[in-house]
Parts: sequence; C-alpha cells; structure tokens
Amino acid sequence: MDVLQIVIVIGMLALIAKPLGNYVYHVFSNESNRTDRLFGWVEKPIFAAIGLRHRAGMTWKRYALSFIAVNFALVAVSYVLLRAQNGLPLNPNGIGGMEPTLVLNTVISFITNTNLQHYSGETGLSYFSQMAVIMMMMFTSAATGFSVAVAFVRGITGKGKTLGNFFEDFVKAHTRIFFPLALVVTLVLVALQVPQTLDPTLSVTTLQGTAQQIAIGPVASLEAIKHLGTNGGGFFGVNSAHPFENPNALTNVIEILSMWALPAALPFMYGRFAKNGKQGWVVFSAMMALFLVFLTVAYTAEKSGNPALEALGIDASQGSMEGKEVRFGIAQSALFTTVTTAATTGTVNNMHDTLTPLGGLVPLAEMMLNVVFGGKGVGLVNMLMYAMLAVFICGLMVGRTPEFLGRKLEPREMKLIAVAILAHPFIILAPTAIAFLTDLGKGSISNPGFHGISQVLYEYTSAAANNGSGFEGLADNTSFWNITTGLVMFFGRYVSMIALLAVAGSLVRKQWVPETIGTFRTDNALFAVLLVGTVILIGALTFLPAIVLGPVAEHLTIRQ
Amino acid sequence: MATLAQDRQGGEEERSGGSMLWIAIRLSLLFILLCGIVYPLVSTGLAQLLFPHQANGSLLKDKAGNVVGSELIGQSFADPSYFQGRVSSIDNKAEASGSNNYAPSNPDLLARVKASIAAWQKDNPDVPIDRLPIALVTNSGSGLDPHITPQSALVQIPRIGKLTGLSAAELTSLVDAYTEDRDLGVFGDKRVNVLKLNLALKEKLGK
Repeated sequence: MDVLQIVIVIGMLALIAKPLGNYVYHVFSNESNRTDRLFGWVEKPIFAAIGLRHRAGMTWKRYALSFIAVNFALVAVSYVLLRAQNGLPLNPNGIGGMEPTLVLNTVISFITNTNLQHYSGETGLSYFSQMAVIMMMMFTSAATGFSVAVAFVRGITGKGKTLGNFFEDFVKAHTRIFFPLALVVTLVLVALQVPQTLDPTLSVTTLQGTAQQIAIGPVASLEAIKHLGTNGGGFFGVNSAHPFENPNALTNVIEILSMWALPAALPFMYGRFAKNGKQGWVVFSAMMALFLVFLTVAYTAEKSGNPALEALGIDASQGSMEGKEVRFGIAQSALFTTVTTAATTGTVNNMHDTLTPLGGLVPLAEMMLNVVFGGKGVGLVNMLMYAMLAVFICGLMVGRTPEFLGRKLEPREMKLIAVAILAHPFIILAPTAIAFLTDLGKGSISNPGFHGISQVLYEYTSAAANNGSGFEGLADNTSFWNITTGLVMFFGRYVSMIALLAVAGSLVRKQWVPETIGTFRTDNALFAVLLVGTVILIGALTFLPAIVLGPVAEHLTIRQ
Repeated sequence: MATLAQDRQGGEEERSGGSMLWIAIRLSLLFILLCGIVYPLVSTGLAQLLFPHQANGSLLKDKAGNVVGSELIGQSFADPSYFQGRVSSIDNKAEASGSNNYAPSNPDLLARVKASIAAWQKDNPDVPIDRLPIALVTNSGSGLDPHITPQSALVQIPRIGKLTGLSAAELTSLVDAYTEDRDLGVFGDKRVNVLKLNLALKEKLGK
C-alpha cells in the first residue's frame, strides 16, 4: 500500500505537469490567447494603478533593476510592519514587537522565497503580520522567481532583443496563476478541516477536565500559497506536521502536489518557448530520475528504522516514528520530505532532525544539488545552467565551440555560469566552517556527535538553496545565526539570479547559428544522461567530504 | 536633427528610469494590499460562510453538548483507564507546538524511550514489550498528534479492561469502530483518533 500511494501521487503529478506547463507558456508568451479575456479585466486596472503604460521589453539590466527595486520596497515595508506589530490591528493574542536581528532574518528569509523561520508563528507573529508580511511575501517572492525564470528562458530561446517586461510578468504571475490557484486550494483545505478564522487562541476544557489553549488563525490561506509558491514557512512552529496545517493524508497529498506541480511544469513551458517539446522532456526526465533515486533512499531508510530503538525489544516494524505523525506514516512522510527539498519549499510534515542518518542525507543532498525540480523558477534556471555546462564540457572534449539552442557559448557566459555554480558551495561551506570555529555557532548545536555537524551544515545548505527547512533542534534564534543565515539567503538568491539574467542578456543578442549535422543535440536521451552526470559530478566534487563527516559517519555509528 | 533626436531619446531613457522606480513602488504597495489584506480576508469570509465547522477548528462536543477539545489536537490522558496517545514533550499544550528534535544517535532519545518502556511495563504487566508498537514510545513531530495506530490501541485493551471492567470483546469492537481507514482507501495509514475513542469509552461507562 505504501508503494501504491506513492506511485499514485507521482502519477498525478505527471498528468498535471505538461498541461500546466502549456498554460504557463500561454500566460507568459505575450501572444494573445483565450486567457486574456478571462483575466484582462482584472489586469487592466492594475496596470493603470501602477502607471504602467507601455509594457516595453527590458534589457537584462533593466529587468534585474526592476525586480530588485520591487523586492527592496517590499522588504522595507515589511521590516516596519514586523517591528511595530504590537501596535497594529488584528493582534488578538497580544503578541509583542520583534527583535531587530530576527526581523532582518525574517524579511530576508521571506523575500528570498527561503522561509527559514527563527521564530515560532503561534507565539511570535500577530495575525496581521501573518497576513500582510508573511502571506504577502509568499506571493510576491514566488512571482519574482517565476518572472526571472521566464525572462531567462525568453533570453536563451527568443529571437527578440529583450527579456520581457518585469512588471507585466509579475502582475500576470499573480492574476493568472497564484491568485486563482491559491483561492481554490484554500477552500479545498478548509473543507478538509484546515482552520481559517481571525478569532484568538481557543480555550477548551479537555475530556479529563483540564484546560487546554489551542492556537488557531487564518491558517488555510497561508497553507495554500505556502506550497503553491514553494515558500514553506509554517503558520505554526512545527509547520505542516501540525494537525491544523495538515490534518490528514488527503491534505498532505494536496500540499505535495501544490508545491510540486508548478516546478515540474516549468520544463514543459521551456520546451514550448524553445519550440521543441523534447527539450522540455529532457530536463523533466533528468529531474525525475534524480528525484526517484532520492525518494527510494529516503523511504527505505525511514522504513528500516533506527537500530538503536529496535535493540530495546519493542515492536519497531512500523519504521522510524520519532518526529513523525501517525496519520501520514512512513510513506507520506518520506514522500513529503523528498518533495519539499526537491521543490525547495522547505515545508515539513515530519521533523527532519529526527530522520535516520540516510533519510536525512536525502533532503541535504537535494538542497546541495538545487536542481531536482527546484523552487519557483530557480530549479529550471539552475538545471539549464548545468545543461550549458554539460554542453561546454562535451564541446571541450570534441574540440568544438559549444552551442546551446543555436547560440555559441563563449567565455563571458561560461564565466558567469562559473560564478553562479561556485557561489552555492562557497556560501554553504565557508559559513559552516566559521560556525564551528566560534562558540557562538557551536553553542547552538543540540544533538551530540556527528549529527551536530549535520545540523550546522543543513542550516546553511537550506539557507543557500532558499529552501527553509531545518534540523530544528539547532537553537538558531541568536544574533549570530540570524545575521549569518540572513546573508547566506541573500547571496544565495540574488547572486545566481543576476548572473543568470546576465547570461540570458548576453545570449539574446547573439547571432543565430543554423543547426548542422555536427551540432551537439540537447534534445535526446543521451543528453539527459550527460546532464544528470554533470549535476552529480559537480555535486559530489564539492559536497562529498562534508556529507561523509555528517550523515554517513552518523549512519555508521548507530549501525554498531 | 540627428543629435536632437538622440538627445530626446536619452532624455526619455532618463525619465523612464525615474518612472521605473515610481512604478516599482506603486506596484509594491498595491500588491501588499492585494496579497496581504484582500486575499486572506476574502478567504476567511468564504471559509466562514461555506465551512464554518472546519474553519473554526473542528471542535468536538460530548452528548451533553459541551466542547471537549478539537478532534485534530491531541490531549494528555493521565488516567490509565483511558487510551493513551503518543509521547508529547510539550504535554499537548497546543498554544505552541514542537518536539525534542532528538537525532537517532542522541543518547537522550534512548533514555527517554527507555523511560517510556519502563512506565509501560509498570502499567501493562500483562503485555510483553515485544508487542509494544514504536508509535507509542516515540514523540510525534508536532507534539499534538491526535492519532495512534490501531495496534497501539489494541495493546492497551488488557489494562483498560482490568481498570474499567469492560470485556476485551467490547473494547475491541469499540477500537474497531473508531479505526479510520486510509484516506480514499489508499493515502496515509490506518489510525485511531484517541480523543474520539476516549469520548466513546467515557459515554459507554456512563461517567
């Protein structure tokens, strides 16, 4: 039954991905189509209200400047709202203002689509903050990532001179994708028992006659966009493990598909832009192949359980249940863990700190690679970056100038790609080393032995990959962690985005090279294999030593 | 003429640079309003209108109509004549949520599970520990897990039978009646809602 339910969910994803990819293509192709009539009436007043008259195409620099300006404005307003939340409306539980380094960490975390949370929602945020800061940034950061990805794809596939208009892309991502989907998912989740209310914390008398306080709030509306936007920040401290965020296996499946469908659809959108559906299939297959390997490892490791507990003589046949919920069991927990770190959502329905060592290796490795589907747009862009690298390496081997989609890849592009690829391990491994060198970092580790290494490594990997899940035992709400992870999230998001927009900006101006018999093809199974090989090669070269010190060493310890 | 046209173009470029920032600011403010205020309030309104019971926390009432909690939030049952839920390091205090976050290699995990097993043996001398399911001695992720596995309910029957005087057959059929199937028959695991089961047990005993 475990395998069957996993196969069904993957099957549903496979059915949704391609039509959804087509739809997203129509939204952003800017050619007139049926969806215009459906959404035009909403968009026209929005364009008028923001003063956008021409919707002219932008150069990569202008595109980058526009999205940075919008993100900066959103961060500035959010900073003020969080600092002043105790004096603002909709605060029925009387929550106080937030401490400055924690506010800094939180606003960076949400605008970068990371959603690392060093606060606990039920005790740290008013309802107004949950709405006007958290939900708002869940929409806007997702739409930003989506727009940049679309601009990148336009750049590498288009014959025009520009990457499109950021403001137009941003608005359409909301009106045609996130708003309608979020409203539908919200209502379905409420029907399946996720609360949605502005009433304060409930007070009840339990069956045994004691008092119980139950935190509640506008949970469903956050849940919907949290997953659709691959954000991942929970309403409550324990995120989607909380019975109010994720009350049953059906909501679990809906949340999985919500966070997975759009990232899985993007390769197909790319195929449409490239006017070659096979290009999309190659990228999708490479992602899915990596995903299936990771899922198998996670499920097997969790099902085999923790030998240290088994040795106590209890009935441990169910698997490793520490940190997991009965309603999900091993199958829905392992699937959720693998999807949340593949789609870089970072929502969790079980505690990743308590995963078996190999089960915990899976989310860690997926975030290190950062290309297995990936977050809103970022995964596709990263995978295409690896595709260019693969073409480049193959080109070197046969002594030809590498070409990708009919354009020559030259030193300028490869330098920018090298920056983006190297930045990721650098901002993970360097801060991890710094944390171990200082008492400020080391003092927060809660689990002894090799697992302590994994805790620190996981925190920075999650920040750099803009994932946001954590090995939550780590006592991370200190100035040291707030500031260092804040910087890592910032660079993790913007360095690669800007570098890759620059690549797109440079490619879009190049001469089209006609395809010949000698052209290295990027739309067949051979290339899919080369792509996966390149990803694993780069990933293993950079991260294997760190992984051996953490999860692998812990695995060997508890097998004794 | 040419230079004049170029100048005008340059001037336009500059002006639109300023207007770009202005658009960015207006866009940001508008979307703070739309995403942060309009969307959650519309959602709340629709949810309260269409599904008021679910939207307000799925509260559970006893026969007399008193609210005894939420069917989704676990409760602590100190009285051994009730079915017990899972380990909760926060004692099911639902104003917050959380767990120990013990790694599998953490000695504290081993110590906590050993203590749970010892307590189990004291309360359930008739059931050998190789029948004690792992779900009963491990902490759930939320610390608020409302469910246990059917196995975890069945192994508690000898103890509860002795304390309440109900027969094993009666209790087994009660557990069976409150065993929920997988969602749509395939998703998730079979489970028993501890609060609902104990509510039924209490009513059966006429307490």
